[in-house]
Parts: sequence; structure tokens; C-alpha cells
Amino acid sequence: MSTISSAPNLTPTPTITERAHLEAVDVCAWFGSTLVLDGVNLTAELGTVTSLIGPSGCGKSTFLRILNRMHESIPGAQMAGEVRLDGVDIYGAGERVTSVRKKIGMVFQKPNPFPAMSIADNVTSGLALTRTKTSRAEREELVETSLTRAGLWREVKDRLDQPSSALSGGQQQRLCIARALCVQPEVLLMDEPCSALDPTSTRRVEETILELRDQVTIIIVTHNMQQARRVSQRAAFFLAEQGAPGGIVEQGVTEQLFTSPVDERTANYVNGEFG
Amino acid sequence: MSMSGVGAPAPRSLSREPRLLSAGHERSDRIFRALSTTTGAVVLLVTGGIGVFLGLQSIPTLRHYGLSFFTTAAWQPELDHIGIAAVLVGTLEVALVAMVVSVPFALMLALFITEYAPKRLKSWLVSAVDLMAAVPSIIYGLWGFFLLQPQAIKLSRWLSQHFGWFPLFHVSTDPNAAVWQQSQYTSSAFIAGLAVSMMAIPLACAVMRAVFDQVPRGEREAAMALGGTRFGVARTVVFPFARGGIIGGSMLALGRALGETAAVLIIISPAYEIKIRILEAGTQTISALIAANFGNATASQLSALMTAGFVLFLITLVVNTVAASIIRRSRSGAGTDI
Repeated sequence: MSTISSAPNLTPTPTITERAHLEAVDVCAWFGSTLVLDGVNLTAELGTVTSLIGPSGCGKSTFLRILNRMHESIPGAQMAGEVRLDGVDIYGAGERVTSVRKKIGMVFQKPNPFPAMSIADNVTSGLALTRTKTSRAEREELVETSLTRAGLWREVKDRLDQPSSALSGGQQQRLCIARALCVQPEVLLMDEPCSALDPTSTRRVEETILELRDQVTIIIVTHNMQQARRVSQRAAFFLAEQGAPGGIVEQGVTEQLFTSPVDERTANYVNGEFG
Repeated sequence: MSMSGVGAPAPRSLSREPRLLSAGHERSDRIFRALSTTTGAVVLLVTGGIGVFLGLQSIPTLRHYGLSFFTTAAWQPELDHIGIAAVLVGTLEVALVAMVVSVPFALMLALFITEYAPKRLKSWLVSAVDLMAAVPSIIYGLWGFFLLQPQAIKLSRWLSQHFGWFPLFHVSTDPNAAVWQQSQYTSSAFIAGLAVSMMAIPLACAVMRAVFDQVPRGEREAAMALGGTRFGVARTVVFPFARGGIIGGSMLALGRALGETAAVLIIISPAYEIKIRILEAGTQTISALIAANFGNATASQLSALMTAGFVLFLITLVVNTVAASIIRRSRSGAGTDI
């Protein structure tokens, strides 16, 4: 069990509980020959929101992208370790990368709806991409339920045929959440989903996250510590010290991590002394 | 100007007219500006000049032959019986064959280079395609005549055997004869079109590749993260984004194919009849006609050749203008130079 090489062993060894849903074990990552993540262990439980916090450049986003095999799409990117969804390694020999990504959805930092498509087509685009055959009625129902779950239905229900570019940034991000939900993922990864949004839109997305909590396991990267406290039940603090690869310094129940952190570096960070 | 807001507003002391601002350019700026303006003007003058020159040279011919110049198939200057109906059809046929081959090929090639090829292979392929564009057309002509033709006529025969009922693929010989008449299949619009397609491919591919590379990373990743395959990503994100570039690149290639001369001249055997049988020996294109007859033309024949050239100039002008406007109007086109 290793986190940052110099760190004392503070992270509780992840134990496979009955509720463990997505579990990263000894995950390492390289870009070219540079080791950027070293021995990261994280357990995301069913029905919880886990936030990943830490200063820029400490490997949070890289780690998140390892969780749905987006990492390997970058030339020169490599990884080690295992990521288990319900106990099954998603990097295992028999696993198809497309079905992994379908089960573990992702929402990106910058809203990225498909601009040439209408709002409704954006929502169902995942079905077309995975060649899932659906009837027109099924699709219409999925559009409504997905948009409702993403908290966008009431705002767009009368203009589903309009291009997605007509929406505001916050609406576009919720459209992206609806699009990710439409393929019925078990886990939703969110990479700083609110960093490009204004405070009002941020609050709407946060409400959406809280509403989704019971339905999908959510892991969210955020720079906003208040947001981490508002939306997550568990949190992990990432840090990459000078010249060393990134890793988790401390993880646990969000409120404890913020009010009584064990590690001094965590305390410094959550108290706003760096980062 | 009182802050209290009482009394009448102060009378306006300055005019309300928009002011003329003098930029006060630096000397070096003025010189550079003059130089770059000149080059722009030269380009416009040269292209405009070509059009005006060809147009003026065409007047005697158009006066003499009138509309029959466009409806006559024969080119018999000694009988004063000439027209561009046949060569126009031949030009379009060669271009059509070149397009049918080169557009799908260039599209697949561009897709492979941007989406599938590993990094090192990618740079090799890009250089190879650039090299393809740099090979002189006369070399493609020789290649087409000596290497491609002996093989391609087998395809011609197969097409005429199986699709001979379709007028385009009909050949006036028995395609099933035990000893087939190979010379009936050589020097055709089809073979010339194949050779020309080799020159059109790099042009179309370069534009398509440039546009594919501009597809926003965010949209690509979104499609991948939804569980899309590479082809799915191409279908949902790359093609819709690049549609303008695909069309524009194809039309640029068409412009090239319409005007190609040397390779066509080497491959075809001239035939002045309106012929839609593209697999059959003998055809003629406008540019090959001019190249073949320019040397020993009399003054009036020269004018006729110029008129043919003028028609070709107008066709390519239209094709290129349409291509440019399609590319410019598309979402991907703003940053693409063609």
C-alpha cells in the first residue's frame, strides 16, 4: 500500500465492502516515461458521491480518466493497477473498451454537446453511438426521463428540436449530463463539471448531482472545496509534491476530511493555505 | 454641467458628427502595406486578365460559328466544321471517373490518417500524400499508359461483361469473346480518369485531413465517453463537422480533374464523337485538344482553341467558386485555407 513515497501510511487500506461499487487498486499512470500517478487506491460506494480534491496538476483528472478508460486514448499514455466495477477489472482481457465506457459515463469540464444535433438527438446520441436499437416511443421516453433526471426537462421540453447551441452554458452542461445518463451508466464521472459555469448554473448542476446520488455512483473532480462539501459524502485529497508523482494523501468521510484532517498537508489545503 | 440636476443642460460645445480619425501609420507599416496590396492586386489582375484575354480571343470564333460551336461534335478545321460538344462530354467523363475513384479514396485515406494511423505512420503517410501531389502529371501519364492500362482493361472488360446493359459501360465489341479485343478497351475515358484520380486524391485528401484535424477534442471525447467506436466517433462527430471540407475538397479535386492535360494526352486516343461509352477506346478533352492542336494551328483555329479554353476556364471558375463558398460557410471552414 503506497501513496506518495514520502508519506506516512495514512490512507486506510480500502476494504471490499458489500457496497463497494467502483474500486481502484494500486493505480499508476504514465505520460510517455513520466510517472504522474503512483499507487492510488480509492473505493467509491454505491449511492454516494465521492469528490476528488487537490491542487492543479496533481493527477485528479488523469485518475478520473483511468476510471473509464479514456486515459488510453491519449498517445503515449499508460497505466498500471486495476479498476474494478462490481469486482470485475475493467482493464481485463475480455473487457471491451466501448462497453466499459457505456457503463461508466463521463461529464467533462467544458460543456460539449454535439452542435449539429438537436437537443433531443443529443440526449439519445449515446444510443446511436453504441448501436442500441430503440423504438421511437422508447427514445421519446428516454429523452424525457434523462432530461428530467438531469434537471433540464422543464426548461427545454417545448424546444427539443432546436439545436443544442441555443442553450446557455449551464443548460448545455446539464444536457451533457442527460446525454450521459441516457445510456444508463452505473457510474458517472464528472471532471470539474461546474468550472466553466456561473454560480446559478453551478447550483442547478449541484442539485442535479444530489438528486442523482441514489441512482448512480458519482465521482466528481472539483477545485471548489465548498462544492465538495456540499455534494459529496466521501472525499479524497490528491497531492503531487515537487518532482514526485501524484497520489492520494488522505481520503474518508467528507466532513471529517474538512473539519479534522489527519494529515497536515490536507489541513493546509482545506484551510486554503495553498493550492 | 451641474451635478444637482437643476436648470437647463449646458449647451453642447463639441459637434455631434462622427469624427474622422487619422491612424497616423508608421513609415515601415506604410511600405509593408503597399507591398502586400500590390501582390494582392497582381493576383486579381492576372486571373482577371486571363479571363478577359480568352474572352476577347473567343469573339471571332463565336461570331463565325455561333451556337453551333457548342453543338458540333467534330473538330475538322480543314472542313471548317468544328465544335466542342464531344470534347466537353469527354472532359466531363474523365472528370466523373476521376471523382468517383478519388473522392471515396481520399475520404478513407484522410480518415485513416487522422483517426486510425499510429503517430509515426501518420507523419509518413502525410509526406507520402504530399509527394503524390508533387509528382508531375506527365509521370502519372506514363504510369497510366504503361503500368495501369494493361491491368485496368481487365476491369473494363469485367464491367462491360456484367454491366454492359448500362449505356455508360457498353463497349461495341463482344466482351465474352474467347480472344477479346483488347484495343477496344485501351485509351478510354475510364483509363484516363483513373490516372487523373491519382492527381486528384492528394488535393482532396489534404483539405479533408486539415478539416478532420480541426474537429474539437471535446466533441470527440464526448462521443468516445458515451461508448462510441472509432467509426461511431467519425460518423457522429467528424463527418458532420467536416461536411463542408469534404464537399469543398472534392470540388477542388474536380477543378483539377477537369483541367488535367498531360496525363490525359498520353493515355487517350482522340475521337471526336459524343460518346457516353466510357470504357471504349477513344475520347477527347478540352485541355488535351488544345495541347494537341496548338502547335500547328492557323489563326482562326487558334481562336477556336482559345474559345474551348475559355469554356474550360469558366467551368473551373464556377467549380472553384462554389467549392470555396461551401468551405467558407461550413462550421469547419473558417480556419481552413484551400
